[in-house]
Amino acid sequence: MNQLINKNLYGDYGDKEQASGTSGMHNTAGEWPLWEVFIRSKAGLDHKHAGSLHAADAQMAIENARDVYTRRMEGVSIWVVESKYIHASDPFEAASMYEPANDKVYRHPTFYDLPDELKHM
Amino acid sequence: MPNSKQMNQLLYTLQIADNALILGHRISEWCGHGPILEQDIALTNTALDHLGQARSLYQHAADMFNALSSDNKKTLFTSTALQNKINKGEALDEDDLAYLRDGWDFRNVLLTEQPNKDWGYTVARSFLYDAFSFYFYAALQKSKDTVLAAVAEKSLKEVTYHLRWSSEWMIRLGDGTEESKTRVQEALDSYWAYTGEMFEMTAVDKAALADGIGVDIAAIKTLWQERVNMVLEEATLILPANTWMHSGGKECRHSEHLGYILAEMQFMQRAYPDMEW
Repeated sequence: MNQLINKNLYGDYGDKEQASGTSGMHNTAGEWPLWEVFIRSKAGLDHKHAGSLHAADAQMAIENARDVYTRRMEGVSIWVVESKYIHASDPFEAASMYEPANDKVYRHPTFYDLPDELKHM
Repeated sequence: MPNSKQMNQLLYTLQIADNALILGHRISEWCGHGPILEQDIALTNTALDHLGQARSLYQHAADMFNALSSDNKKTLFTSTALQNKINKGEALDEDDLAYLRDGWDFRNVLLTEQPNKDWGYTVARSFLYDAFSFYFYAALQKSKDTVLAAVAEKSLKEVTYHLRWSSEWMIRLGDGTEESKTRVQEALDSYWAYTGEMFEMTAVDKAALADGIGVDIAAIKTLWQERVNMVLEEATLILPANTWMHSGGKECRHSEHLGYILAEMQFMQRAYPDMEW
């Protein structure tokens, strides 16, 4: 059950402070919208969330991400998405969302021995 | 007096290195002052690219300098700080060439030393220079001087991105608001008069070309012009019509700005020789 929420905890995403300038936390009128950046560190791996940045549009967001997040050879591919399009689960529903899985150990594939050559599992 | 082959190769290398150092220093002045964090980092990255290019080229120039005859060494640079080192028989390194050379021994084009002023001026200056250096390095890859060719190959990747960045900003500002358009057009008109010098073949350029180590810069002017036209058209900006051009930087005649740049850049090494941190 996803819903749009206000950005009230670190790591949450809100739809209000982007571009509309109506955030209750600080005045962002006139600022560029916020974008979330995902970096693939090398071919074959997944894109991972690297952080966020401001940019006027998608192309600038990719260029800014290149300069901000790949300066130390962190990546070979960049995805960006405007933060307002990310829908997040409500942290106050964490108990009902995630805790029921805690006692279902049989769902974990912990009974296999992985060869040493397998990394990133 | 015509220069020897070695001497000319050294001066030619210095010319390329000085362009990179001085523009890199200018751009680094934005560090901590960018209009937005992301662009502050972008410009600082670019400044570091230029400094990296300058460093490799100065190392190469220092090697060539150290191989000169002692008579040539004594007459090439007038700075007392350098003369002291040379008279003591010390070999010069890349830092000496950057920090101890006097302004009248710098060979960068005047465009690179022009002030940042505002974002529009900074972008316009970078765009005009990046478009040049993109084609310049592409051609320099074929240099008979293997170090220059290697530096060119590495730098071309960096410059390709610089050109992408500055072209993108020309388009954003030109095709942006009324204010951004007016201001970037003014910057373009103002710095246009410094573009001619980039394509001027000095005696050093001609000798380097004849020796197979240099680039035929007159020939890349057409490519540069096409690129500039293409970006300006997309940016809805007007190509400046003035044809009168400043020149002199490549022959060590500079605008007042270079002195201020060097005063700030060289201060520490001049005041505290050989200091490290």
